[in-house]
Amino acid sequence: MAKTHIQFTLNGQAVETLVEPRELLIHVIREQLGQTGSHIGCETSHCGVCTVDLNGASLKSCTVLAVQANGGDVTTVEGLAQSGELHAVQEAFMQEHGLQCGFCTPGMLMRSYRFLQENPNPTEEEIRVGMSGNLCRCTGYQNIIKSIQVAAQKLQAK
Amino acid sequence: MSTEDTREEELKGVGCSRKRKEDPRFIQGKGNYVDDVKLPGMLVGKVVRSPYAHAKIVSINKEAALALPGVHAVLTAEDLKPLGLHWMPTLAGDVCAVLADEKVSFQYQEVAFVIADNRYIAVDGADLVEVEYEELPVVVDPHHAMDADAAIVRDDLVGKDEAGQGSRKHNNHIFNWDVGDKDATDRAFESAEVTVKQKMINHRVHASPLETCGCVASFDKVKGDMTVYMTSQAPHIVRTVITLLSGIPESKVRVIAPDIGGGFGNKVGIYPGYVCAIVASIVLGRPVKWIEDRIENLSTTAFARDYHMEGELAADKDGKIKALRVNVLADHGAFNTHAQPTKWPAGLFSICTGSYDIPVAYANVDGVFTNKAPGGVSYRCSFRVTEAVYVVERMIDVLAQKIGMDPAEIRMKNFIQPEQFPYQSALGWEYDSGNYPAALKKVMEAVDYEGLRKEQAEKKARGEIMGIGLCTFTEIVGAGPSKACDILGVGMFDSAEIRIHPTGSAIARMGTISQGQGHETTYAQIIATELGLSSDDIQIEEGDTDTAPYGLGTYGSRTTPVGGAATVKAARKIREKARKIAAHLLEVSENDLEWDVDQFRVVGSPDQAKSMKEIAWAAYNNVPDGMEMGLEAVDYYDPPNFTFPFGAYLAVVDIDKFTGVTTIRRFYALDDCGTRINPMIIEGQVHGGLNEGYAVAMGQELPYDTEGNLLGNTFMDYFWPTMVETPKWELDYTVTPSPHHPMGAKGVAESPHVGSIPCFSNAINDAFMQFGAEKHIDMPHNAFRVWKTLQEMGLNKD
Ligand code: FES
Ligand code: FES
Repeated sequence: MAKTHIQFTLNGQAVETLVEPRELLIHVIREQLGQTGSHIGCETSHCGVCTVDLNGASLKSCTVLAVQANGGDVTTVEGLAQSGELHAVQEAFMQEHGLQCGFCTPGMLMRSYRFLQENPNPTEEEIRVGMSGNLCRCTGYQNIIKSIQVAAQKLQAK
Repeated sequence: MSTEDTREEELKGVGCSRKRKEDPRFIQGKGNYVDDVKLPGMLVGKVVRSPYAHAKIVSINKEAALALPGVHAVLTAEDLKPLGLHWMPTLAGDVCAVLADEKVSFQYQEVAFVIADNRYIAVDGADLVEVEYEELPVVVDPHHAMDADAAIVRDDLVGKDEAGQGSRKHNNHIFNWDVGDKDATDRAFESAEVTVKQKMINHRVHASPLETCGCVASFDKVKGDMTVYMTSQAPHIVRTVITLLSGIPESKVRVIAPDIGGGFGNKVGIYPGYVCAIVASIVLGRPVKWIEDRIENLSTTAFARDYHMEGELAADKDGKIKALRVNVLADHGAFNTHAQPTKWPAGLFSICTGSYDIPVAYANVDGVFTNKAPGGVSYRCSFRVTEAVYVVERMIDVLAQKIGMDPAEIRMKNFIQPEQFPYQSALGWEYDSGNYPAALKKVMEAVDYEGLRKEQAEKKARGEIMGIGLCTFTEIVGAGPSKACDILGVGMFDSAEIRIHPTGSAIARMGTISQGQGHETTYAQIIATELGLSSDDIQIEEGDTDTAPYGLGTYGSRTTPVGGAATVKAARKIREKARKIAAHLLEVSENDLEWDVDQFRVVGSPDQAKSMKEIAWAAYNNVPDGMEMGLEAVDYYDPPNFTFPFGAYLAVVDIDKFTGVTTIRRFYALDDCGTRINPMIIEGQVHGGLNEGYAVAMGQELPYDTEGNLLGNTFMDYFWPTMVETPKWELDYTVTPSPHHPMGAKGVAESPHVGSIPCFSNAINDAFMQFGAEKHIDMPHNAFRVWKTLQEMGLNKD
């Protein structure tokens, strides 16, 4: 199949690659660009483990074609920490035991990162709704919710 | 705080909510899961699957697929036959087709395996494989599997009077297994004042961890070495099976279970996809990756449950139970691939007398083949324990309803009392320890049980529907004593190997494997407490068969009871050697020394002491005459008994009578898992287990139509609670250590799943019972089904 040249920013770095038009963004990020932090759990937009940030919005990267990211700005979990310093959501998940097997975690973190910008001071109900696109099988969510509350406090204290 | 307390705290040992060692890599996207493994020259495999539940394979045409650029090979049963690999043994003594041999026996069965340059071409190639089928009549309902005219699911077994687990009486029969004193039980029923009988189903579900199953197989043609990265909860037994299948010596097979994205029983078995990838790698001499997608996961790799049970209790009119009888029909699907200890066709189902002092009992289980996906694994529970706990916990409520007694009162009346431990159950188990009345009492007080019942009555008067569910379960975990349990002849011990370095740090390796339970964190805590070294200086490794000692893996809550015990034992061997070295260094007799947090000190002269760190250094340069240098130990622990964690759970539900939507208002879970290693991790495990129990009770189901088509195998249909539905969990605990475990720990991660399912179900049934519901209501209690009950009972009116 003929390939298309695309370029975009991935975690602050300019990247370019050749992709088939049908290739999903998650496959290109993981398999061509070697950033395996974002995971695959369903490829049908239900589980959210592939969540990345595209142009300032949360995105399930199994839901878009890689060509749609052309010219865009993509952040994955690998890009959350800045100059060696963990992001508040990362710190909070670790502190509040917001992860177990860690498989949902990259997606959870990326969604929390964006959600707390959309709503810096959420109620528990708002967290439950705002994060409902991300599934976790291990934690029963309670500590994830706590993590997000703690992250919100940390971000506000900054 | 005394200095001893400070020293103890610095160890971050047992009892401390130590932050997890594995988190830094997971929160930075640096985990290493199987699908992250990329080897040079790696190809990707895709399985071609059957659209039919039962059909003859007339022909398979691979030409078009092979002609596609980028496709390297297409394997079918014909290709595997010369290698003897078209069938493989199962853990249950049966065989299972790797690729369908002449016919398919369930929908989505593996028919061919396409190997290509990448995932896209592999899928294209799979689409081009042309398979011609001739449909056959199906067996879907297990209740008709043994009808005289039932279609035969397994032609390969025709004429054989056994399928690996005892004798069978019909072509679709797998085994019959019974336990207990049948005659005494029958007599107790005949003479009882009250008897109750109830049918109930533990419906077919799937553990569906967020990461699906998969592997990367890499055969080195020059060296003859096979390396397999695999999502496995039991890598060592997988290695043994690979050797048995392929003839490659075990020393040349390396199985690596890297980070695993949840298992819950789904990753215990050995699936055809793994075998295909391994064969493909041998044939092509290149690494081959196979990762199943979600539909394949839900449709093929090991469902759980599908137990059709009939429970009976005999009691006197005051509610004192005299006998229990249970008959089960177990649907195992097309192959007997359930993952139980080999000699236990119904797992540990005989724990079905529960937390109650029941004088006689009898359980009888028949396993049958149907044209459905094979499995019957334990989904976040010890072997068939969820099924067992469900039947007894529902039955006791059924009995309570019949005699008009409160469910809490009838439990209190029948509990095994604390002074009866060790308790010999009617079905042959020796329960190690427990205090059931105290647990239930604590829960009832915490939630104001009487207040809740009052509120329920008031609501009822107003036509509002509230339900209260109780569950006071006992689990049996930590398989197991090797005299009782083995897998393919390998005893179910587990192992630990600890090595202390000269500067006092340590590395330890175990035969178990974490799938999110935090073993790197908790094992180090055990060693820290036993050896007086900071857990931060102790590195834990598991999952690589080249480096870790042989163990049976992590499932059935066996890590803490078995692997944890091995760890304690290995550490204590080291401590004994350390004592000798300390005596030598201090020039005193060993008997003059006592252990004190992180050092040996001279009794009566506490200033004279040698810390574990000093001893570690001396172990490499100054040991007593005749002693070997070094400081390490290995232990293979074969437990003397299982452990019996227990708990008391309570759920409060409100049902919207017009929509059938159930709100879980409260869920209070008290667990007793004996000694608690890391309370933070325990709480996390309990939260997760409760949520999986909630999912099963309230919505998860793998439904089939009458043709054997699976009707819900994506996350669109298969219920996974999001944060919105998930209730808030309230946790509590008591501590009743296990007397036979070296540190008194029992294992916890599965109790919340086992205990919460009947609890939710009892709450729903309780809600309807108060309005006169006469029959038990089966799970899953999703809104539609609850609404149907409302409709049937005429409760959805103003
Ligand atoms: S993999 Fe993208 S939502 Fe599940
Ligand atoms: S931590 Fe395992 S799926 Fe969320």
